[in-house]
Amino acid sequence: MKQQYVYGLAALLAIVGLSVFVYKWQVLDFPLTRNQETPVYTIESSIRFDSGPGSIKVNLLIPTLTPGFRMLNENSVSRGYGFSLNYGSGGREAQWTIRRADGSQTIYYRISVYEDEGINQSDTTPPFPPPPVINEPFKTAVDVIVADVKEQSADTASFTAELIRRMTDASPDPNVELLLSNATTRAELVDSITTILASARIPARMVHGIELQGRQQRNVEPVTWLEVHDGDQWRYFNPMTGEENLPERFLVWWRGNEPLISVEGGSNVQVEFAVQENHLDAVAIAETQVAQQGAHAIDFSLYSLPIQTQAVYSVLLMIPIGALIMVILRNIVGIDAFGTFMPVLIALAFRETKLVWGVILFSVLVALGLSIRFLLEKLRLLLVPRLSAVLIVVVILMLLISLVSHRLGMETGLSVALFPMVIIAMTIERMSVVWEERGPVDAMRAGAGSLLVAITAYVFMGLPWLEHLIFTFPELLLVILSLVLLAGRYTGYRLLELSRFKALTGQ
Amino acid sequence: MFARAQRLREAGVLGLNERNTDFIMRLNPRRLYPRVDDKVITKELALEAGMAVPELYGVISNQGEIKEFSDIVAERESFVVKPAQGSGGDGILVVTGRSQRKRDSFRLASGVLISRGEISHHISNIVGGQYSLSGNRDKALIEYCVNFDPVFAEVSHQGVPDIRVIVYRGYPAMAMVRLPTRASDGKANLHQGAVGAGVDMSLGETLAGVLGNELVDEHPDTGALVAGLQIPQWDFILETAARGFEVTELGYLGVDMVIDRDLGPMILEMNARPGLNIQIANGTGLANRIARIEEVFDPHAAPEQRALFARREFATNRQTSIQFDR
Repeated sequence: MKQQYVYGLAALLAIVGLSVFVYKWQVLDFPLTRNQETPVYTIESSIRFDSGPGSIKVNLLIPTLTPGFRMLNENSVSRGYGFSLNYGSGGREAQWTIRRADGSQTIYYRISVYEDEGINQSDTTPPFPPPPVINEPFKTAVDVIVADVKEQSADTASFTAELIRRMTDASPDPNVELLLSNATTRAELVDSITTILASARIPARMVHGIELQGRQQRNVEPVTWLEVHDGDQWRYFNPMTGEENLPERFLVWWRGNEPLISVEGGSNVQVEFAVQENHLDAVAIAETQVAQQGAHAIDFSLYSLPIQTQAVYSVLLMIPIGALIMVILRNIVGIDAFGTFMPVLIALAFRETKLVWGVILFSVLVALGLSIRFLLEKLRLLLVPRLSAVLIVVVILMLLISLVSHRLGMETGLSVALFPMVIIAMTIERMSVVWEERGPVDAMRAGAGSLLVAITAYVFMGLPWLEHLIFTFPELLLVILSLVLLAGRYTGYRLLELSRFKALTGQ
Repeated sequence: MFARAQRLREAGVLGLNERNTDFIMRLNPRRLYPRVDDKVITKELALEAGMAVPELYGVISNQGEIKEFSDIVAERESFVVKPAQGSGGDGILVVTGRSQRKRDSFRLASGVLISRGEISHHISNIVGGQYSLSGNRDKALIEYCVNFDPVFAEVSHQGVPDIRVIVYRGYPAMAMVRLPTRASDGKANLHQGAVGAGVDMSLGETLAGVLGNELVDEHPDTGALVAGLQIPQWDFILETAARGFEVTELGYLGVDMVIDRDLGPMILEMNARPGLNIQIANGTGLANRIARIEEVFDPHAAPEQRALFARREFATNRQTSIQFDR
């Protein structure tokens, strides 16, 4: 009956641990491996203008819906200005206001985004646009073009493509020429196209965005693209070629034909865009994202702790791994070792000293301690004073080892101070008793066993991916706990028993 | 590897993990441990139940009482000093005689002479807890030194050979004779190098021995054959072992007995975590015998009946077990 309880509990722990793990991994996008970095683009728009005599109000259109990108954060740098974010007809707007300003002014708005395929257009389906009011003779030209293009197209997409082809034809027909007579820029071209599409009752609008490419870009010009709704979704068209596509890494900055910037009370307005690509730890991005969404998993994340505490926990969280190794080596393999957790603590010390030096220092320390312990034996001390004497001897030995190795220029020897001295003193005492009672063979065997367990634990506790995994997904500790519980009910043979009882196999 | 595990399973060999979880944890509630872990309590309980134990000369339970050692020992020629909560025979000092001229120097079973000061230091270590299972303070017992029966004289090197009987829920399941060697320093503990010899439960006759994890036919020091020795008063030994269950209530129990030349079999100590090497000494696994006991288990059976059951059921089948006759 108890057996079932243990299995049930272990299963419960494992399920809880694994489901939180999978949730964080799959849904919240926490990375499985360390140094998984995501490129993050920071786009800075700097607004320069000369201030007028009165109050100043600056309105800048900023990204609202950005297909393919997720916003990490945004901020503005503007000395003395009041700042607010509003929703206007064309999307989000940043507004800076000041009562009075002197001379030339510069305001910065920065936004950091990273690519996320999962972000799709969640824009609403627009109503059919009302037929635009167009004066003659343009109206007739538009009607003719719409009729012609309709003839040669099957649906919204092909209509748009055909329209763009005609509008950008090297030798345009007279109607197109008339319409484009005062359209000189790309934006004006797209504006004309949207007007024609509107009279064909097709919802269309301009999108202005920035192509993110390269590590650093200065003086980036926003590019205008055409966006057409086909009844189901928005589709993007290159207004110069009629191809249906968006440039790679195209960050939509604003939509519609409103101007990017409006400055009341200022003149000589200039907006410049600069792009900087950084690589940010994927964990940090996931965290920020989760914080924005208000998910609760983050409240228990170790990354929310102060850095120093994090450093402590990145070590402490490996102790359960060491304990699991200990359980496996002792109960399933059957290796003898001194003390229950002594090898795990030694393994922790090895993390600082590095393995080879750790083993050497540990062996030297224990060997010296043992020989002095045998001298103490002759003094016939009471137990507690003798243990204390061994402890003091261990401290003195550590000091000596540090001094000698420093003299010899081996700085690694200094790390001997990281060994848990009380544990070592107990080990020496325990080992000397075993030595006397059971002989040197048993003592050496248990000592070697301890060292073997410590080395194995060290190897596992030092695996960077494992460390990252446990630190990012501490819920995996529940899985380790369930494994330890299961091992606690393991009634099979220990591996070493197979050879111990060899005589009983009947062969 | 799995094939060997499978063969061990078929042979009914009990592993440490299984012993710990299925037997010790299930049948030996921790509150009963003091009954066997503290040899003073064991002795009292055994005496109450009318069982023979080595006479207790005195108990030293703190450092201040160590000076009473001389009074306790008085003019006795031989005695044993042991920790009340020791394990595996650690910390046991067997004094077999003392110098006639210098009364405060004692001769150990190994022949070495030690002074009273050294014995006092040893007692002080015992009281300080060096040998106790938990590392806590302990008591030192000074008791009668058994004059062991000559039956094992040929196959022992100094020390006191003893008989270990595993008693499962009151039924003797397996037994072995533990024979001290030079390597074990006169101690009858297999971990320290003593030879264990299996015992035919029905006849009380020794089988081949085990040294470490290996089978041996001869005693390593004396060269005498280990097998084929008849244990005297075997009936009585099995009954006494079976009675150990009533005394301790431990379902998985090791009863250690010695045979005194004059006083007959006595209980030396009992153990709540008896080791598993007894299986190698007997050339057979414990699990099968335990399963057989579970089949017939009767909570009202008297110790005599249970001992009889063991004699009837657990005869060693010489055809299939280790051949020791040359």
